[in-house]
Amino acid sequence: MNGIDIQRRGFLKTSLGVAAVAIAPGILLFDLAHGKPEAASSKVRWGMLIDTAQCKTGCNDCVTACNKENGLSGGTGATDSQWIRKIELKDTGSGRELSLPMMCQHCEHPPCVDVCPTTASFKRADGIVLVDKHRCIGCRYCMMACPYKARSFVHEPLHDQNPDVPRGKGTVESCTLCVHRVDQGMQPACAEACPNKAILFGDLNDPESEIAKKVRSVASVQVRADLRLNPGIRYQGL
Amino acid sequence: MPKPDIGKGGQCVEDTQWMRKNHMHLLKHQRDEVIRKGARDEKLSLKNCIECHASTRDDSVIARDDSFCVACHRYEAVKIDCFECHSGKRKSAWLQRNTK
Repeated sequence: MNGIDIQRRGFLKTSLGVAAVAIAPGILLFDLAHGKPEAASSKVRWGMLIDTAQCKTGCNDCVTACNKENGLSGGTGATDSQWIRKIELKDTGSGRELSLPMMCQHCEHPPCVDVCPTTASFKRADGIVLVDKHRCIGCRYCMMACPYKARSFVHEPLHDQNPDVPRGKGTVESCTLCVHRVDQGMQPACAEACPNKAILFGDLNDPESEIAKKVRSVASVQVRADLRLNPGIRYQGL
Repeated sequence: MPKPDIGKGGQCVEDTQWMRKNHMHLLKHQRDEVIRKGARDEKLSLKNCIECHASTRDDSVIARDDSFCVACHRYEAVKIDCFECHSGKRKSAWLQRNTK
């Protein structure tokens, strides 16, 4: 017994030393990890301008593209994830009909982030609102808080996810503005798929960007602007 | 002792012994960097680990008892839940099956 105790003491001593040595290069390595690929910048504000005049009734291409890109089933049942929906509107007075896509509006002041008890729901520096599924406990407060009903809860175990889009049972999810594509300098799948180019994606903060120029020159509105959430998604002709 | 199928293998981050001991810290650190800050370091991404370490037989790090992640984790009885959300397959293989 005594022999084991001495051995154990010796082991603990040496392992402490080893830990100290192991931590030092570890810190160095972590610093390198910060270095090269820079983090999302708060100088950028990603957003979309959706031209409802160009969005055709009955066309579902953006939804299909989103489902394919993010590995959604495409079902529209109560327990199916829907990141983007096509909405058909009709003004009963004038009879004017409109069709438009609705998804996470990527608010500047997102209520989903306010209510999240685990800070899983968060806004990235560049304005993209995301769920950190490592922290999400699936309480669904954010789904209640969102005035746009943009979020879905994953009810069933999933298999064969897109390696770029991890999704799993027991967590809340929503449109990520295709963050994995945006970080590679690409457009979100819906914007790319729209046959009429009704979805214009870009940096609202860059005065030279196409979207900023258009937002300056044409009338566009935010849905439920009265809530003062300042969404990054704007609609033209609504 | 477990004999994991190391796939293509090779070394790009640290030596084998160091990685055996510390890979979890790198992964955990990296996940916050990527998702919360958007700083994607390809070298430390889980996807990149899988790209080389997935079995050359079934393109997976979790499919069999001797798959890269499973072999040791089963031996040590340490449950990992990475792959409840993350894909355990090599991206190139996933793309092949899912394009068009």
